[in-house]
Amino acid sequence: MIDRVSATETTVTLIDELVGIHGPVVFHQSGGCCDGSAPMCFPRGEFRVGSRDVFLGTIHNQPFFIAEDQFTYWEHTQLIIDVVPGRGGMFSIEGPTGQRFLTRSRVFSDEESAVLQNNPPARASEIDDIEGLKKTS
Amino acid sequence: MDQVQPFIYPGDDGAKLMPKSRYENFIGGKWTKPTDGRYFENISPTSGKVICEMPRSNAADVELALDAAHAAAPDWGKTGPAIRAGILLQIADRIEANTEMLALAETLDNGKPIREGFAADIPLTVDHFRYFAGAIRAQEGTIGNIDGMQSGGGNSAQGMMAYHYPEPLGVVAQIIPWNFPILMAAWKLAPALAAGNAVVLKPAEQTPFSICVLMELIEDLLPPGVVNIVQGFGVEAGKPLASSNRIRKVGFTGETTTGRLIMQYASENLIPVTLELGGKSPNVYFKDIMNGSDEFISRCVEGFLHAYFNQGEVCTCPSRAIIHEDIYEPFMEMVQQRVAALNCGTPFDLNTQVGAQASSEQFEKIMSYMDVGRQEGADVLFGGEQRSMDGNLSGGFYVQPTAFKGNNGMRIFQEEIFGPVVSVTTFKDEAEALAIANDTLYGLGAGVWSRDANTCYRMGRGIEAGRVWVNNYHSYPAHAAFGGYKNSGIGRETHKMMLSHYQQTKNVLVSYSEVPDGFF
Repeated sequence: MIDRVSATETTVTLIDELVGIHGPVVFHQSGGCCDGSAPMCFPRGEFRVGSRDVFLGTIHNQPFFIAEDQFTYWEHTQLIIDVVPGRGGMFSIEGPTGQRFLTRSRVFSDEESAVLQNNPPARASEIDDIEGLKKTS
Repeated sequence: MDQVQPFIYPGDDGAKLMPKSRYENFIGGKWTKPTDGRYFENISPTSGKVICEMPRSNAADVELALDAAHAAAPDWGKTGPAIRAGILLQIADRIEANTEMLALAETLDNGKPIREGFAADIPLTVDHFRYFAGAIRAQEGTIGNIDGMQSGGGNSAQGMMAYHYPEPLGVVAQIIPWNFPILMAAWKLAPALAAGNAVVLKPAEQTPFSICVLMELIEDLLPPGVVNIVQGFGVEAGKPLASSNRIRKVGFTGETTTGRLIMQYASENLIPVTLELGGKSPNVYFKDIMNGSDEFISRCVEGFLHAYFNQGEVCTCPSRAIIHEDIYEPFMEMVQQRVAALNCGTPFDLNTQVGAQASSEQFEKIMSYMDVGRQEGADVLFGGEQRSMDGNLSGGFYVQPTAFKGNNGMRIFQEEIFGPVVSVTTFKDEAEALAIANDTLYGLGAGVWSRDANTCYRMGRGIEAGRVWVNNYHSYPAHAAFGGYKNSGIGRETHKMMLSHYQQTKNVLVSYSEVPDGFF
C-alpha cells in the first residue's frame, strides 16, 4: 500500500495538539502566492470539499485533500507533511503555535507510479465514511 | 540622497527608525489595546531578531473595529468626492515626505533591500493614493433616457429617466499579504476609501509593523473609524473578519485554499469577493531579440533577472523562463554573468539588490522546492543553496539566486515557489511557446520579449493571463489594470475599474407622468 501522503513524527505530535484543541481536522493542499504551495489545516467541518477535490489519504487519521487540477501536476510525487518553526498560513489552525506545516516531496519510482496509476484516488464527493466532513456530493 | 553607508539597523544607536517595543490595534482613530491583552512577537527576517510586540486580536477586537467602521461609514460615504480626494492627496504627500522612514520600516519587517522601498514600494504607494484621488473626482454616473419605452409598469410614454449613481458598499474587509506590506495596503485602501467605504484591514502577521509606522504618520488626516487596523493571527483575527455578517465585501490577496474558504464564508453572507491568488508567470524570449542592439538585449537579460526582484516573493514573479532553443546558450551565458554580479549584501545598504526572504517558513518552503527540483531531475544552472550573512544578520533567512533547467511538467514549473528560483526551458516555435506559457493553473502575469510587433500582439492576445508585459516586466503603474485569469483570482486592481468593485449602482428611475398609468 503506497501512501500518497505521509507525516513526520513532529507532524503527528502537532496534529495531536491541534485535535486536542479543535477536535477532528481536515487538510487541504494550497497553491498560489504568499502562504501557498503549503498545506492548510482547518477544523473538520470548516472547509467544504467536493467533486473537484482528490482524497490523498489520511495523516494520523486526519483526511488530506488536494484540488484535482493541482493533483494532475503532483501525482508523480509523494507528499510528506513536516513541521517548521514559523508564522502565518492564513487561517490554518497551527498558526498560533509558532509552527507551520510544510509539504516535502519524494518523486515516486517508476514501479510505484505504475501501481498508483492502477489505484486512482477517490474524489471527496465519493467518500461517505469521514465523519464531520463538509462536502458537496 | 546622500546616504553612502548602509542604514543603521533600526533600533540601534543612531538609527533613523526607532521601533516601539509594542504597538496596538488602530480602531476608531485610537490606538486600542487587544481585548484579551495578548500580544505576539514580530521578528525581522533580516536578522531573526524581535522588532516589537503586536496585538494578538480575536473576534471581540474585530467586532470593535466593525463598530467603529459602521459608525464612520455613513458620513464618509456622503462626503463629497472632492473632499475624499483631498484627504487621499494629503495622505500621499505625507507618505512621500517620509519615504526614508517607511522604506526602512518595510526592509526591517519584510527583508527586502532598502533600494526597493525607495525605488518601488513607497513611490508606487504615493502614486496610488494620487491616482484614486483623481479617479474619484472624475467618476460620473450615467443618465438613461427611457422616454417612450415599453416598460411593463410605469408608463414611460409621459417621460421617464434612469439616473445611475455609484454608491459605496459601506463597511468592507481587506486581508493583505506580507510581500509588499505598505504597497498592498495602498492597493486595497486607496480605491476603497476613494469610493466612500470604511475599512477594517487585517495585515499579514508576518509583517504587521510597517503599516503601524504608516498609520502613525497619517492618522490625523482621516476621520476616526474610516480605516481600522486589526492585528493578529489569521485563524484568530482574519477568520472572524472574513466570515462576519457585518461586512459588504471582502478583498483578499493570498493563496487558493484560503481564497476558496473566503468565498465560502462570503456565500453564507451573500457578499462579493475580489481575490488575487498568485501565479507561475512565464517569461517568453523569442530569438529575434538578438537582432536588437546590445542595450536592448541587455534589457532582455534584465527581464530574466526580474525573477529575483523582491527575492522572488511576488505573485507575478517571472518564475518560468521560456527561451527559444537557438538563443538559449548565449542568452543564459549573459544571464549567468549578470546574476554573478548581483549585490546580495545587507538589506540596509542602498546598493543591495537581493535581500532576505520574509520569514522562516518561507525560507523552508523554498529550500524544500530546491530539493523537489533536484529529485525531479532538473539541472541546477546556478545557485540552489541557502546563503548566510555575518554579524547582526546571521540569524536571517537568505537564499541564493537560483535557476533550474527542466520541463514544464515538473512541479518546480507548476507551483509558486515564491523565492529567487527560476525554472528554465526552451521552445522551437511560437505555437510551442504559447502552449507552454498557458500550461499552468494560473494566469496572473506573463512576459513576452520580441522585436516583432505581430509576434508580440499574437502572444499578448494568446497568453491566458490578466497582465502581459511586452518588452518589460515588473511594472505596476496605476491606470494599468492588474488581476488574474484562471486560478489567479477575480477582479482587477490598480485601475479605476477597481472603484466598481467597491461600489454598487443605485438606479433612481423617475417618472414625470402627471396621469395614472392605467393599471388600477
